[in-house]
Amino acid sequence: MEQANLSYIKELAGDDKVFEQKFITILKEEFPQEVQIYKDHIEKDEPRSAAEIVHKLKHKFNILSMEASYKFAVDFEEELRVGENKMHTDFNAILKYIQNYLNTI
Amino acid sequence: MNCIIIDDEATARAIVAHHCSKVADLDVIEEFDNAIDGLKFLNQQNIDVVFLDIHMPGFSGVDFVQTLKNSPKIVLTTSDTEFAIEAYEYEAIVDYLVKPITDERFEKSIQKIKNSFAKTPTQKVAADSSSEIGEDLYINIDRRLIKLHFNEILVIEAKGDYIDIKTQTKEYHVHTTLKKIKEKLPEKMFLQIHRSFIINFSKIIDIEDNSVLIEKKVIPVSRSSRPELMRRLNLL
Repeated sequence: MEQANLSYIKELAGDDKVFEQKFITILKEEFPQEVQIYKDHIEKDEPRSAAEIVHKLKHKFNILSMEASYKFAVDFEEELRVGENKMHTDFNAILKYIQNYLNTI
Repeated sequence: MNCIIIDDEATARAIVAHHCSKVADLDVIEEFDNAIDGLKFLNQQNIDVVFLDIHMPGFSGVDFVQTLKNSPKIVLTTSDTEFAIEAYEYEAIVDYLVKPITDERFEKSIQKIKNSFAKTPTQKVAADSSSEIGEDLYINIDRRLIKLHFNEILVIEAKGDYIDIKTQTKEYHVHTTLKKIKEKLPEKMFLQIHRSFIINFSKIIDIEDNSVLIEKKVIPVSRSSRPELMRRLNLL
């Protein structure tokens, strides 16, 4: 599994530790909400709606410097848009990993 | 300068707002998580710049730009590196930022915004007249804007409320009319030879009776289009 890191966030924040912490808080709040929306769409077999939320989630992958996961999400988004979700299991593993990572920061 | 930020992701808004905070003469007046609220706000306030997420559910960034009358300068933001922008056709759009936005790229964008404000009317007229029709076209397929070079296009066929654009490698099914796309195509390169077909003139292999051959496709030529087709041929 590709490892997440905070290099982008630290670069963005620079010396502004208040912003850094505030941003991480926003990320920790928003990520699980989007994951839940994603899971709901998958559960209801709504791949095209799931694609919309994958579009947002992939931005988080970039924020956490997970380039390979971002590329995977791009492909998965395309797959969902044509009504398939074969990549769901692997995508879900990335989501679980990120959630665990966010719990540690 | 003042600005607003429109993005349905809180993290994305926070990033843009933080970048803005580093620019001395740029104030973030408001943030919105949807385009409709942003639009209502713009109707009440004078705003110089809008940082606008192009991919939002319901009412997209492109819809937003099309709706604006007296538009501020717009910088589009997106998560798609390959996401092409038909919206560059709009004068108000000065830049296009791929998320996650870096300091360096944001600074360039600010410079572009300042340059666009500094542009004189004379320069603007010159720029507009030289770019009346470019070398490519953006088509909207499943909310993705795909860039097509005119030279790639072989044939365009009307199919009810849709058109099929055939290129050497792919065929695109687009919700528009032949009439609308015709307006976007360079006249020198394309010709409507039938009520259902526009062809790329340079791709003709041969012409026989009332049809032309492009790649392996035989395309009918209507009686009324034939004189124009013949006039355009470099006949020996």
